[in-house]
Amino acid sequence: MISFERVSKRYPNGREALSDLSFEVHDGEMVFLTGRSGAGKSTVLKLIALLERPTRGQVIVNGAQTSRLPLRRVPLFRRGLGVVFQDHRLLMDRPVFDNVALPLIVADTSFREIDKRVRAALDQVGLLGKEQVAPLELSVGEQQRVGIARAIVSKPPLLVADEPTGNLDATLAAEVMGLFRRFNEVGVTVVVATHDLHLVRESGLREILLDDGHIGIHG
Amino acid sequence: MASVSNWTARHGHALVSTAGHLGRHGVATVLTVAVMGLALALPLALNVLVRNVRAATGDFSEAVGLSVYFKPEVPEQKARQLAKAAAERTGVASVKLITASEALAEFRLQSGFGAALDALPDNPLPNVLTIRPSPDAASPAQLDALRSYLLAWPEVDSVQLDRDWVLRFSAILDLLRRVVLITAVMLGAGVIAVVGNTIRLEILNRRAEIEVTKLVGGTNGFVRRPFLYAGALYGMLAGSIAWGLVAIARLSLTPVAVRLATAYGSNFTLQGPSVAELGILLLTGIVLGWLGAWIAAARELARIEPRTA
Repeated sequence: MISFERVSKRYPNGREALSDLSFEVHDGEMVFLTGRSGAGKSTVLKLIALLERPTRGQVIVNGAQTSRLPLRRVPLFRRGLGVVFQDHRLLMDRPVFDNVALPLIVADTSFREIDKRVRAALDQVGLLGKEQVAPLELSVGEQQRVGIARAIVSKPPLLVADEPTGNLDATLAAEVMGLFRRFNEVGVTVVVATHDLHLVRESGLREILLDDGHIGIHG
Repeated sequence: MASVSNWTARHGHALVSTAGHLGRHGVATVLTVAVMGLALALPLALNVLVRNVRAATGDFSEAVGLSVYFKPEVPEQKARQLAKAAAERTGVASVKLITASEALAEFRLQSGFGAALDALPDNPLPNVLTIRPSPDAASPAQLDALRSYLLAWPEVDSVQLDRDWVLRFSAILDLLRRVVLITAVMLGAGVIAVVGNTIRLEILNRRAEIEVTKLVGGTNGFVRRPFLYAGALYGMLAGSIAWGLVAIARLSLTPVAVRLATAYGSNFTLQGPSVAELGILLLTGIVLGWLGAWIAAARELARIEPRTA
């Protein structure tokens, strides 16, 4: 599903975020991306979501070699993955329904189908019935779950999350992790970047530890 | 997955939500549309003015004429024949013969020199033809040709052409029309700039939304669509305002124009914009609005790419 082959990423300011990084994530796998701040976790996620392209090496996601993908194909590529942010990136002036429906609307889905799938997605994150609520009226945990519903509503084969539990207390964090586990159980490949080593160790899942842009060694 | 009805529904949705968005930002929308409306109203008003001036001064063919003076020795009989011949020429609408005796009678009546005239042994006035060209043959060049033709007759002494003021008048009208065109082009560019700037601010305001939309796979076309609709809607509203302004101007000018026309013994009435002009006005507004939005969107949207936090 994801393959990094000797990937380096240097930003215009000269900082080398990743150097000669190689790893793979298999279809249907769930992995954690860990490491200190600045170790390159966000850069890895940006390269996966094609928000950035590698300076050297190649990144293959969902069968597409991202550095060779022409700009006009980028939207279609992005429909093949769901992204969850720490700050959830919801549109605060739109009700929950519109937020979750966005990936379907841009993909020209019929209104009937949108209605059905948005409800299904909200049901999966436990927010059915909150369609017309404004995100600001929701708790932080609920807002994060709306973000997750938006990421999975179009049933992408790959789900990428950047510090999804960063703003949540332990109970809510465990709840959100439980959601990711459940998506993974039905075949979705999941990559979660996190600081929360406790959750990682508890899950018993594979961990890719980054240290200064390389694969790190557990100490 | 993307059927025709989906496409229609989607565009309909974009249009309705755009209209709603403009409605929610009432004051800004009203100001933008008012400026655009004024910019569109000026060329329209000028165009209507030119049309009214033309209508008020009447058809050229009615004003333009040639006076053909026969030589004094040409008898009335011969003049009548020649009048008939002139009337048969193409480009001639009407020919009127004023015989020497008629002219004398009229002169006697109007001048008050009756007694003096009686003292003359002969009628000193010649037979005269007044010729009106048909409207499609009233250009200066055609009038010149007609004049040369008539001058070539041996019986004709001279031909007078009321041409100078026709030339001047048509030059003035041409100038006015050019002014209308230049004004329209300049103000059209202004409309594009106003729409472009409004849409640019709108895009910056909705930056977060655009980023998220692109992140979940929205194409540039999808992101651009509501802004293009907004531009076109601005243009359409501006066109309607321009129409309203010109209509109000016409209403307030009508009594004055009627008084002026009555003083000149004319039954001229002030005309408003024609249906064709209104169609062109609305279409121009929509096209300019769309264009301005497109330019702004092409510039700004390419710069907005999603970032992670």
